[in-house]
Amino acid sequence: MHIIESGNVAAATGVKLSRAQVIAAYPITPQTPLTEKLSEFVESGELAAEYIPVESEHSAMAVCIAASSAGARAFTATSANGLLYMVEQLHWAVGARLPVVMCVANRGIGAPWTVWNDQQDTISQRDVGWIQLYCNDHQQIIDSVIKAFKLAQTVSIPVMVCYDGYLLSHTYMPFEQPEQGKVDAFLPAFAPKHFLDPENPGNFNTVTLPDVRLDVDGNMAPGYIEIRHNLQEDLRAALLTYENIDREFEKEFGRGGNPFIEEYKCADAEFVAVCIGSLSYQLRDVVDMMREDQVKIGVMGVQIYRPFPDEAIIRALAGKRCVIVFEKALSYGNQGALYADIKSALYSSERKPRIHNYILGLGGREIKTQHLVDALAKSCASPDTFGDSPRWIGLKLQE
Amino acid sequence: MEKATTILNLTEDEFVHSGNRACSGCGLSIVYRMGLKALGKNTILVVPPSCLTVLQGLYPVASTKLPCVNVTFASTGAAATGVRAAMRALKKANVNVVAWAGDGGTSDIGIQALSGACERGENIIYICYDNEAYMNTGVQRSGTTPQGVLTTTTPIKGKLQEKKDVPSIIAAHGIGYVATASAAYPLDLYDKVKKATTISGPRYIHVHTPCPPGWNFDPRYTIKVGKLAVKTGLFDLYEIENGVFKLTGASLHLLGKTRLPVSEYFATQGRFKSLDAESVAKVQKQVDAKWANY
Repeated sequence: MHIIESGNVAAATGVKLSRAQVIAAYPITPQTPLTEKLSEFVESGELAAEYIPVESEHSAMAVCIAASSAGARAFTATSANGLLYMVEQLHWAVGARLPVVMCVANRGIGAPWTVWNDQQDTISQRDVGWIQLYCNDHQQIIDSVIKAFKLAQTVSIPVMVCYDGYLLSHTYMPFEQPEQGKVDAFLPAFAPKHFLDPENPGNFNTVTLPDVRLDVDGNMAPGYIEIRHNLQEDLRAALLTYENIDREFEKEFGRGGNPFIEEYKCADAEFVAVCIGSLSYQLRDVVDMMREDQVKIGVMGVQIYRPFPDEAIIRALAGKRCVIVFEKALSYGNQGALYADIKSALYSSERKPRIHNYILGLGGREIKTQHLVDALAKSCASPDTFGDSPRWIGLKLQE
Repeated sequence: MEKATTILNLTEDEFVHSGNRACSGCGLSIVYRMGLKALGKNTILVVPPSCLTVLQGLYPVASTKLPCVNVTFASTGAAATGVRAAMRALKKANVNVVAWAGDGGTSDIGIQALSGACERGENIIYICYDNEAYMNTGVQRSGTTPQGVLTTTTPIKGKLQEKKDVPSIIAAHGIGYVATASAAYPLDLYDKVKKATTISGPRYIHVHTPCPPGWNFDPRYTIKVGKLAVKTGLFDLYEIENGVFKLTGASLHLLGKTRLPVSEYFATQGRFKSLDAESVAKVQKQVDAKWANY
């Protein structure tokens, strides 16, 4: 069934179809309509879940962590400072290997206060160990939420489903709502091997020593570093798991096939614009315009940022003349995080493209199509003389 | 009123292994052992960083025979909420969901999550063992450290501020059951925890818990020190059930009787040695005024 709704409602509908059992959330713009919708689903009886209106985001993730530890499918959502307020808990959820799913409606971070879109909130959390999926439209939001629950419980790693605040969260688009029966077949119930159980007591997240240690039965138990090493290995292996889940989803629902990156007119392109999120669809218009002027250019959206899909990115970009990375986030004091990651991935390639970095749209600054055209034209005209520092688009600095 | 438990009919069930990592004379060891006896097998524990984290053992060894989830410092009340929500979602009834935190984890960093849980009416038991400082990290002042006490962050003058009255703060949420107890009166504690298991909604028990290294007294005097806190009228044993306050046990017996002077309690512990006569007299006056209202 096709419906026309906001991105937040697409996310809420995905959560409902995934039969989340415990939902905890604290309101923050622009995530709020998502949790309002979920509370409505729960109060009306459409979704048989516990809805906990917690007193903070830190507590929202605490509820999810505890509920997941007890064997329930848990969900929360947030934005910007709310995400940062739960940072300690993000680390805890992944360290405890809990398949919590969280939507983040991307928003800039204070100070100064901003409620508008950029991606500094989630990009700054790239190192905590969560899987990060990014969406370009409402269909991807609802589909990604469902896939995220399956991925999270398959690999025992929490998943963030990220989408641009306002640009996607508050705009209305048509999208197909998957049938409940098909979602149930695709996403089996959460049945963890270990959970808080008086019949089989265990002590979870205990203080763990630097070295390995024998348990009471004489078996060697890992130390902290082994546990962390396993997380890294499992995160890397999650790429393949996600590819398989995406393929299965495509078979059932007819959508997917681009789990890592989404390419547009890249096959014969000499130049490729790269970004995360809805901007990649805006860039398609720019690419179409430039193609009319015989510029061989394409655009690539990055759909999963952690674990980093380096092989797919190398395959897509090695041998191109120039890669132009647009980012609504910055690793302050250095460069755009995505730019640095792509550069790093391409280091091992013998066919390294030139690579440029533009920062734009911070705090919701409007991204005008003409700005993108100008930036790309400049990069395409002189790919070899750009430098390694990011350039800023649309700045209005006082001379 | 139910008959008080005695040593003769106290359950022989044990949920804490001997040989755990608690210090000798640890008040928490008594409180934890008695509390778990009262809670029984169908219990899930939620524990933030505290001495209890250490007492429970280092992976892969555990000293508690109940399921337990260790959670972040500030999140105890919310984490207990999450366990209970999962129990409801999974249709598992008759499980005690019990948050067990220290005074710093309760009165300071954890009070927001605890207050939220109380306001929402979560069906959880919250036990705070109050050893009146951050003992696990080496005796730093907390919100419940009494005035004048020497800690490693109030090393010369002693703490300048008064002890935060956490049970009153929690009672102000209008929850059904708030009680205080003491490690020195384990059967009174047992009966209060037991009673808490028969009530639903948020329940809060605040347990005065002597700490030999933190309070600077010989480990053999844990019970003596704990009893003196009660017999001097400094720490009172009471229940607030559905808003009705009543003294209980040893504190109830003090009504209308002469209490021991607070100076006798102070003299047992090195942490009070910076108190001068004037400060002691001030505390005595406060205690007398409090008891005049009982």
